[in-house]
Amino acid sequence: MDEQKKVMMLGNEAIARGAYEAGVKVSAAYPGTPSTEISENLVKYKDELYCEWSPNEKVAMEVAIGASFAGVRALASMKHVGVNVAADPLYSMSYIGVTGGLVLVAADDPGLYSSQNEQDSRMVARAAQVPVIEPSDSQEAKEFIKFAYDMSEKYDTPVIFRTTTRLSHSQGLVTLNDRLNIEDKPYERNIAKNVMMPGNAKKRHLVVEEREKRLIEDSCDFPINRVEMNDTKIGVITSGIPYQYVKEALPNASVLKLGLVNPLPRKMIEDFAKKVDKLIIFEELDPLIETQVKSWGIKAIGKEIFTIQGEYSANMLRKAVLNEDLDIKEAAEVPGRPPILCPGCPHRSAFTVLSKLKIHAAGDIGCYTLGAVPPLGVIDTTVCMGSSISSLHGMEKARGKEYIKNWVAVIGDSTFMHTGVNSLMNMVYNQGTGTVMILDNSTTGMTGHQDHAATGKTLQGDEVPAINIPELCRAIGVKNVYEINVFDVEGLEKLIKQELAKDEVSVIITKTPCVLLNKTPITHTCQVDEEKCKKCGMCMKPGCPAITRLPNGVTRIDTTMCNGCGLCKSQCKFGAIVDVPV
Amino acid sequence: METKNIMIVGVGGQGTLLTSRILGGIMLGAGYDVKMSEVHGMAQRGGSVVTYVRYGDNVSEPIVEEGQADVLIAFEQLEAKRYAHFLKKDGVLIVNTQRIDPMPVVIGAAEYPEGIVEELKKDYKVIDVDAMSEALKLGNPKVFNVIVLGVAAQHMDFTKEQWFEVIEKTVKPKFIDMNKTAFEVGYSL
Repeated sequence: MDEQKKVMMLGNEAIARGAYEAGVKVSAAYPGTPSTEISENLVKYKDELYCEWSPNEKVAMEVAIGASFAGVRALASMKHVGVNVAADPLYSMSYIGVTGGLVLVAADDPGLYSSQNEQDSRMVARAAQVPVIEPSDSQEAKEFIKFAYDMSEKYDTPVIFRTTTRLSHSQGLVTLNDRLNIEDKPYERNIAKNVMMPGNAKKRHLVVEEREKRLIEDSCDFPINRVEMNDTKIGVITSGIPYQYVKEALPNASVLKLGLVNPLPRKMIEDFAKKVDKLIIFEELDPLIETQVKSWGIKAIGKEIFTIQGEYSANMLRKAVLNEDLDIKEAAEVPGRPPILCPGCPHRSAFTVLSKLKIHAAGDIGCYTLGAVPPLGVIDTTVCMGSSISSLHGMEKARGKEYIKNWVAVIGDSTFMHTGVNSLMNMVYNQGTGTVMILDNSTTGMTGHQDHAATGKTLQGDEVPAINIPELCRAIGVKNVYEINVFDVEGLEKLIKQELAKDEVSVIITKTPCVLLNKTPITHTCQVDEEKCKKCGMCMKPGCPAITRLPNGVTRIDTTMCNGCGLCKSQCKFGAIVDVPV
Repeated sequence: METKNIMIVGVGGQGTLLTSRILGGIMLGAGYDVKMSEVHGMAQRGGSVVTYVRYGDNVSEPIVEEGQADVLIAFEQLEAKRYAHFLKKDGVLIVNTQRIDPMPVVIGAAEYPEGIVEELKKDYKVIDVDAMSEALKLGNPKVFNVIVLGVAAQHMDFTKEQWFEVIEKTVKPKFIDMNKTAFEVGYSL
């Protein structure tokens, strides 16, 4: 290969390339913004490595752990909240250590572009005593991950490779290298290290403490931690994407750029602090570096002048550090544009029925979370993956079965396979009577259409037997299992009423593929016959973005957006909406 | 060379990603250091989306901040208004005059501002284009974004052939001809 070939790469693509070059042989992941494109790019190298979508992050982590036990370099990737799901094996692996290098990519989401919270994965890593490496651009993403594998093997530890939305979804130039030829390590049975029962784990805990001490010392010489000495009036300790803002806004400042953000290279930081007049710590989200540095008696400024919420910027430094008057025009006051369900989305039909019946829904994580906002307004709660079914069950146990007669749990197919199935087991086992709606659109929608165990296709493109969701529910012990086309609004309404009346667990599966996956050409669009329109606005109730009301009160359908799903037509009592062939 | 900043704003699903990748491609071909930042995930579902393209000798941050954009390409009027303050004083705003009502407007909780383009023209150098009508003339509403790009390209220092070359490299083979035709329409408007 041409050693100097430079290409544009998304941060996530560069992480995948780095894992490939590092000789990774097994990768497992569950899709989650902003981590998804790592696996989607890694699969391009499937002739030389194996990669899969696992049903959830815990399983993905354990697949990677197994590969490490078997002596090869392994990767697990997930979004920040996925790290919580994978936390159980992660904490134990910190004690066990690795055979083949083991890296967990944790993709944080400062600013909450597509998440339910803004947690800082570095805090999880600190609790689990796992080192964290953080790159600042695509080139570093690719290079640092190779360093992460060497470090994992040298220090006998899993490594968290932390990225953020801005890094994962920015493109920059990357120089490509060849894939390393890493030999598989021989298997050695070692129960004192690999079987975590109390007697063994006590000893391993001490090993972990020693490892951390060694890392604190050795990391002062790691090439991924570096000092850029300039003017010494201001010194900044930073890492990741915030480093780029420092270079933009304070080009003359001295900078200690950390590649390893846990544990911290204490001596290096102490030396740097001594050399500068004013020490600033510039890190997004939690004051992880700041709290430790201050605890060593070093004077520094951090969250006193920078927010704990959201993304940082160069302007933030210009204002807070340089006190510059930036002469920026105020943003205009305009109506917000929150994300919405697409025109023709099958979820809209399900929510239209629930809204009409005035039913509350315990929601879950996916596009259907968008059913919470007006005009649909049917999702009452959203917590985490799989929580809809179990939280509905908890409500019943708190207040009795009558209390949930106007409630359903709403969950997507991918989320059901992730952790929802466990919750359904619990509902059956503990004699619940809840009604569960599985909105099966045959894909993982929000993250951009990834396959899962019930779609019949793997990440590597193999056709496999799809897990049959209705049969799975029956096997768990659910007697009332139904499948219905979600656009059959009358049938769905009748079915929901019928199942809510029962004192038994029911599962209603609305099986209609995601509209974005439907490749069949549109045969017709819906249009309003203005003569017949009574201006009642019923067609607008489902909140389809293709429908707007004209100044004279009649509605109009934007034919460039409509795909003829017919939901609005089903809402019109006057026959004013008609199909028009295209 | 000082770093130049381009922003593309629009509504999720309008193709800001494709447009920014074509732009990034042409800057790269010209030998610049390039950084781009994109939006994936939830906002892609009909929300307000922004992508950034920065190019120059050595680019650090991947985003464009308030008051820094040399060129702002807006695929929708309301989004033009939302992000206009990102423009530099002498920046250029290219706005597609399409109106897409956001949900607060659809449900009557907010009003879509009137006279956006006229209003913006008071403060900025604005070039407005009705790209959707042009796209419908071509029989493909989806390519309106490349028509807008064609209009923007009139204000940049690259030849049509250079743009075509990048389009060929960036879009899927079966869409190349359509996109080249659309670009040509915008380029000669």
